[in-house]
Amino acid sequence: MSDAARPSPLVQLTLVRIREYTREPEALFWAFVFPVLMALGLGVAFRSPANPPIRVGIDTRARGETVRATLEGTPGFEVRDVAPERVEAALRDGEVHIVVAPGDPPVYRFDPTRAESRLARLAVDDALQRADGRADRWAARDERVVSPGSRYIDWLVPGLLGMNIMATSLWGVSFSIVQTRVRKLLKRLVATPMRRGDFLASQLVGRLIFLVPETATLLVFSWLVFGVRIRGSLGLVAALCVLGAVSSAGLALLVAARAKTVEAVSGLLNLVMLPMWVLSGVFFSSANFPAAMQPFIKALPLTAMNDAVRAVMLEGASLGGITLEAGILIAWAVASFGLALRLFRWL
Amino acid sequence: MSSNTRAVALRCRGLVKRYGQVVAVDGLDLEVSRGECFGLLGPNGAGKTTTIEILEGLLDKDAGEVEVLGQGWARDGQRLRERIGIQLQETQLNDKLTVEETLRLFRSFYREGPSIQELIDIIELDAKRSSRVGKLSGGQRQRLAVACALAGRPDVLFLDEPTTGLDPQSRRQLWAVFGRFREAGGTILITTHYMEEAETLCDRVAIVDRGRIISVGTPASLIASLGAGHIVEFAVEEGSAPADEALRRLPGVRDVRHEGGAVLLIADAPHHTVPALLGELDRGRARLARLTTHSATLEDVFVALTGRHLRDE
Repeated sequence: MSDAARPSPLVQLTLVRIREYTREPEALFWAFVFPVLMALGLGVAFRSPANPPIRVGIDTRARGETVRATLEGTPGFEVRDVAPERVEAALRDGEVHIVVAPGDPPVYRFDPTRAESRLARLAVDDALQRADGRADRWAARDERVVSPGSRYIDWLVPGLLGMNIMATSLWGVSFSIVQTRVRKLLKRLVATPMRRGDFLASQLVGRLIFLVPETATLLVFSWLVFGVRIRGSLGLVAALCVLGAVSSAGLALLVAARAKTVEAVSGLLNLVMLPMWVLSGVFFSSANFPAAMQPFIKALPLTAMNDAVRAVMLEGASLGGITLEAGILIAWAVASFGLALRLFRWL
Repeated sequence: MSSNTRAVALRCRGLVKRYGQVVAVDGLDLEVSRGECFGLLGPNGAGKTTTIEILEGLLDKDAGEVEVLGQGWARDGQRLRERIGIQLQETQLNDKLTVEETLRLFRSFYREGPSIQELIDIIELDAKRSSRVGKLSGGQRQRLAVACALAGRPDVLFLDEPTTGLDPQSRRQLWAVFGRFREAGGTILITTHYMEEAETLCDRVAIVDRGRIISVGTPASLIASLGAGHIVEFAVEEGSAPADEALRRLPGVRDVRHEGGAVLLIADAPHHTVPALLGELDRGRARLARLTTHSATLEDVFVALTGRHLRDE
């Protein structure tokens, strides 16, 4: 075979990564199906319908046909009977927001520590007073504002995107390396004239290739099903995804640099990832943590990734608005790659 | 490939390798000529794999000199890797790749070498070229590992227990592959603990024990060093075996050795020795538990040199 026909080692090594990945159905599930199921599940559970009905219970002890008729005739109420011994449980479980015992005057039983209960008391009282002849002295003019991108699902999708990019890069790269090492295949490869840089580069290139369908699946799904849109530049979101994947791959290389067993690398991965799942604002805002922790949380790569993608997707931020986050990601990438290359155990 | 078969392919002088307190290789000297098939024979833990991995450039030595094809690993590592082929004892190739994909990968690392088709033909695995490595039999997998070692058309092939655990047919198929490599002028360094393998393949054999070479020669000359070509082995059940002096006087016996409960007579004419031995036992009223004879092998050479067996399982 002549030199010209010789296939490129980097291309061959990258093909190995792609084949390993596509011939592993479990890996495909975690990378493609799992994030979509997460978005679907959380998106449905925390959906915000236009007018959530107020659930009102009628205490069946008292006879109150007018109260029932009034509430049933007012839009926005959902009326159901509650047996006297069930009142407390129904309120506690959120089955109803308020229980009305008809009478003169009627009795409202509700939990004032719950926002929807307080709202229900105001609305029920208003409806019953009006039915009894109370007149408004004036009518205010309503201006309804529904800002796009303010729903939970809009906030959640960038977090799932960041989590997914980080998880697939960390697991994919570090497992592949450690398995190659455990099987003594790394030793065998090092015994050939293969350039070591080609081996590491193939890990990164393979990851970036899969990044495209993985992120596209989640973004297209949440756009089609929930109408989640990207207000800022799609190119900037893509660039952030690449940056997130590269810095995660650097961390993966660091985690896998010396690990000799799959068990060791699994433990290290959990140590790296679990704190970020909780702290970096994937499912709930990291603002919930005390102020003293905020500088540390802000410095985590997943926080930087989530904050930057949210800024671009939800607020339409441009590159100028996310320089700090981009800088943090670049710093993580440079530091982790640099350290990993020094520590890497080839034999 | 150089036509000068007298040239040295591999050379070690005073090679030492320690792992903590354990001395794995203890001042080992070795010289393998171009075109030669040289065997390292010894029990597990004798230092064979450590020696071969130092020669392959995979392990650093603690002391001594190592030269491969006239070059040293420190200076010429990258060039040497282009010229040697390696089969490691424990490598598991990627199960998810096919035979052809695996060969394409390994071929891509070398500047020059055979085509993929030539490699597949060498190991006679054409029917399995699209099969996943995970679906291959042990013998097929090992042939593939050897094809990977041949992907750069190497001058020297290092084989570390290439047929361990394989059935006799697979073993012969691999021997045929090694034979074709040798016909093309290649040099082989092989470790094994199969006597038959060493006797079939090797021009010369070094017997390694505790990190040193205790004897070197052609298989025939090593066996001849026993003094006779046959081994008569017996054990007695009742009574006591005749004294060594009496056994030594039996016709055809050159030497007497003890191993476990058995007595080994090294003899050049077992058809004379055995009837005389039976007579001797009769006179001493000893009853035989066991009596076997076989042609002397390298195993017997090893036992004679060390008093232990090569494989102590």
